[in-house]
Amino acid sequence: MFKIIKAEFIAPGIKRFVLEAPRIARKQKPGQFVILRIYEEGERIPVTIESSDPARGTISIVVQSVGKTTQMLNSFNSGDCISDVVGPLGKPSEIEKFGTVVVVGGGVGTAMAYPSAVAFKKIGNRVISIVGARNKELIIFEQEMRAVSDELLITTDDGSYAKKGFVTDELRQLIESGRQIDLVLAVGPIVMMKAVAELTRKYNIHTVVSLNPIMIDGTGMCGGCRVLIDGKSQFACVDGPEFDAHKVNFEVLVQRNAMYREQEQRSLAEYQRSKAAPSSVNAEHEACAGAPGGTR
Amino acid sequence: MSPTASKSLNPLSPKERIKIPRQPMPEQPPDVRNKNFNEVNLGYSEELARQEARRCLECAKPTCTENCPVGVDVTAFVELIVAGDFLGAAAKIREANVLPAITGRVCPQEDHCEGKCLLAKKVKPLGIGYLERFVADYEQRRGTHVLPKVPPTGKKVAVVGSGPSGLTVAGDLIQKGHKVRVFEALHELGGVLVYGIPEFRLPKQIIREQLDYMREMGVEFETDVVVGRTVTIDELMNEEAYDAVYIGTGAGLPQFMGIPGEHLNGVYSANEFLTRINLMKAYRFPEYDEPMLDLHGKDVAVIGGGNTALDAIRSALRLGAKKAYVIYRRSDAEMPARAEEVHHAKEEGIDFQMLTAPVEFLSNGKGWLTGARCVRMELGEPDASGRRRPVPIKGSEFDLPLSVAVMAIGTMANPIVQSTTPGLGTDKRGYIMADSEKQRTTRKGVFAGGDIVTGAATVILAMGAGRRAAASIHEYLTTGVW
Ligand SMILES: Cc1cc2nc3c(=O)[nH]c(=O)nc-3n(C[C@H](O)[C@H](O)[C@H](O)COP(=O)(O)OP(=O)(O)OC[C@H]3O[C@@H](n4cnc5c(N)ncnc54)[C@H](O)[C@@H]3O)c2cc1C
Ligand SMILES: Cc1cc2nc3c(=O)[nH]c(=O)nc-3n(C[C@H](O)[C@H](O)[C@H](O)COP(=O)(O)OP(=O)(O)OC[C@H]3O[C@@H](n4cnc5c(N)ncnc54)[C@H](O)[C@@H]3O)c2cc1C
Ligand code: SF4
Ligand code: SF4
Ligand code: FES
Repeated sequence: MFKIIKAEFIAPGIKRFVLEAPRIARKQKPGQFVILRIYEEGERIPVTIESSDPARGTISIVVQSVGKTTQMLNSFNSGDCISDVVGPLGKPSEIEKFGTVVVVGGGVGTAMAYPSAVAFKKIGNRVISIVGARNKELIIFEQEMRAVSDELLITTDDGSYAKKGFVTDELRQLIESGRQIDLVLAVGPIVMMKAVAELTRKYNIHTVVSLNPIMIDGTGMCGGCRVLIDGKSQFACVDGPEFDAHKVNFEVLVQRNAMYREQEQRSLAEYQRSKAAPSSVNAEHEACAGAPGGTR
Repeated sequence: MSPTASKSLNPLSPKERIKIPRQPMPEQPPDVRNKNFNEVNLGYSEELARQEARRCLECAKPTCTENCPVGVDVTAFVELIVAGDFLGAAAKIREANVLPAITGRVCPQEDHCEGKCLLAKKVKPLGIGYLERFVADYEQRRGTHVLPKVPPTGKKVAVVGSGPSGLTVAGDLIQKGHKVRVFEALHELGGVLVYGIPEFRLPKQIIREQLDYMREMGVEFETDVVVGRTVTIDELMNEEAYDAVYIGTGAGLPQFMGIPGEHLNGVYSANEFLTRINLMKAYRFPEYDEPMLDLHGKDVAVIGGGNTALDAIRSALRLGAKKAYVIYRRSDAEMPARAEEVHHAKEEGIDFQMLTAPVEFLSNGKGWLTGARCVRMELGEPDASGRRRPVPIKGSEFDLPLSVAVMAIGTMANPIVQSTTPGLGTDKRGYIMADSEKQRTTRKGVFAGGDIVTGAATVILAMGAGRRAAASIHEYLTTGVW
């Protein structure tokens, strides 16, 4: 049982949680994620650790409602409980003094890129951040990103805030202005990461993306998270989730992520129809005061 | 090796004993069970058990016991069954084997105890596995476990991994008065017994009961801890003050063949396929959230010939597959699966494509699997494993239409613990090095056993290693001598 200390919506459908997970808080590094199983009948889903507080024994995550599990999770509040939180998983981001690093965050990807941006800045890089979303309301982490960036560029697809356009438009301008860029880190929707990869490939700029395939265990045991890198299978949960963008086969990622579309839609429809949380969720929240962490 | 019926509780003469046929295991009919996940074998009644037990010749030098990896005293427990003392029989088995309800069901008896049973020279071997299972189940229903009372030693042991090996270590050491905490990466305890072996072969209730008993004895369990990531072995020893650590992390890394098309939607590793079904209960979707491709009316194949392969394909059949194939590159004789499972799978209507291997997975052009291009094989010279090497027959390629293919060609060591524990020696393939007598690794105070040392093996071998490790951990904790 992992207790939710704090939960607040930071944008429509996007909620930030602070969870009690002392073991994970002590070990987390930027770029790593946890796997959650929110209640007894739940599936296991991966979520990036946005930050951690080892002294308090807490970690923060930012979750966007897309399907049943994330919608249900985003209905949880402080004081509620999550059955399982395991991590930190995956290889941490490679944090080095590269020179100038451009951090590109799309949608909820901004929260996922944030810990790496912090680390890049701290080690002495010049950090230029480009944050994009569909509209003004969905721009998240603006203050946080501003605080760790030497420059912050913002785009919205509909022009309701800052510049109208895509993050790639800003990135292209930046590149074409002749600025030296040593590394691009892009985290967000697959279409966005792919567009960034195609753009930087032309200019031969080293680019890293954080991939989001479907996962189960997160420890290299199931092989379900395999992604095609340079024509070879790799397991994103242990070999990634960050990979050289120019070697990623994005078509295969898109295709594999669509594998359970039918079942996901059915789950979501049934959940939205009933809406009442299954009894095991309520039991969970009540049991929360009991054994902490994974004590069974 | 002469039978000694003299002081026996069994009144029958050797001749009479041999005349009794092996008592068949009551089971669900094939065309019923291939549609449900309930256990295939229903278990002996008391009468069947006693009748089967009467067949034992009570050999003076019992080769059955010699050939059991943990040395279960077969003659003694079987005699107690004949006498009707089922709880006594259970206690007798427990002296050597703490998980008889499990081994009775999943040991490859034909390779161990039953394989060397003297009866097998003339008739069918004694049903040792069936009898072991019977007494364990009887004990579970009737018996009250006596909780051992032992003074605490003040020593702490961390067990990494809750498979049969880790559970054996925990069960043995708690009875010596040590404090024991088991760390498990997954959200459920039991290792392959829960995420791999399906309900129809090993009901999860059996493992739950075993775990409850261990909790009562004082074993602590912590799930959701990936040792090496969440906490390291060094942190456990230095910061959490564990005096010894046992690593029983299994061999859970799936292998793929590296042939074209393995990334297609519809190609699974057996680990993923079985984990979705067993651990995540996808067979009860949408009551459980984890999805699974709908197998109703689909053609499904598993690649491989071990227990894992058969568990996967028999699960597929139960989930509605129309055609269910086993594609194995060697012949019947080389299949590593338990004999009983092969027999059951055939009865259930699994189509065995022997001496066959896929060379490529075919797609519909949109990323979904449509079939496997296969090639027929013939057996050539023996290879490193001593088995005859399969060689492709030129021009024998054919296409098998498939919606789902499951790769069950073996597993390797997961490197997470090894790569985060400085000084922990591993062999060429990445398995942890431990001496076979005391299960000691190259790190003082750190022991290892089970599949992570031997490579994928069996439940009873993993338990045997756990037994040895527990004894030497106890010795180390009490004497301080490494
Ligand atoms: C390493 C990693 C880090 C991630 N970090 C975050 C994060 O910080 N915040 C966030 O909001 N989301 C994050 N995600 C995505 C998140 O895991 C999915 O949104 C979530 O699993 C969707 O579940 P659902 O039931 O709500 O939706 P569903 O309706 O089940 O699925 C919607 C889509 O999500 C993906 N998905 C479904 N199941 C899984 C699964 N078990 N594992 C991975 N993806 C799945 C598929 O592409 C699917 O089409 C991350 C994913 C990965 C792999
Ligand atoms: C599908 C299948 C069917 C089988 N059928 C049979 C059969 O019929 N008969 C038979 O005798 N054998 C069978 N086997 C083999 C048998 O299950 C294994 O040999 C046995 O389980 C090995 O036991 P173990 O304790 O070494 O490891 P496992 O059972 O693999 O358990 C290891 C545990 O450690 C955990 N773990 C791994 N890494 C970490 C970490 N870093 N931190 C914390 N925990 C970790 C894992 O999650 C797992 O729970 C089968 C195997 C499979 C996969
Ligand atoms: S533990 Fe396994 S090998 Fe040993 S007697 Fe029992 S069934 Fe046979
Ligand atoms: S089980 Fe077989 S080998 Fe063992 S004592 Fe009985 S007859 Fe002899
Ligand atoms: S999630 Fe199972 S291997 Fe990566």
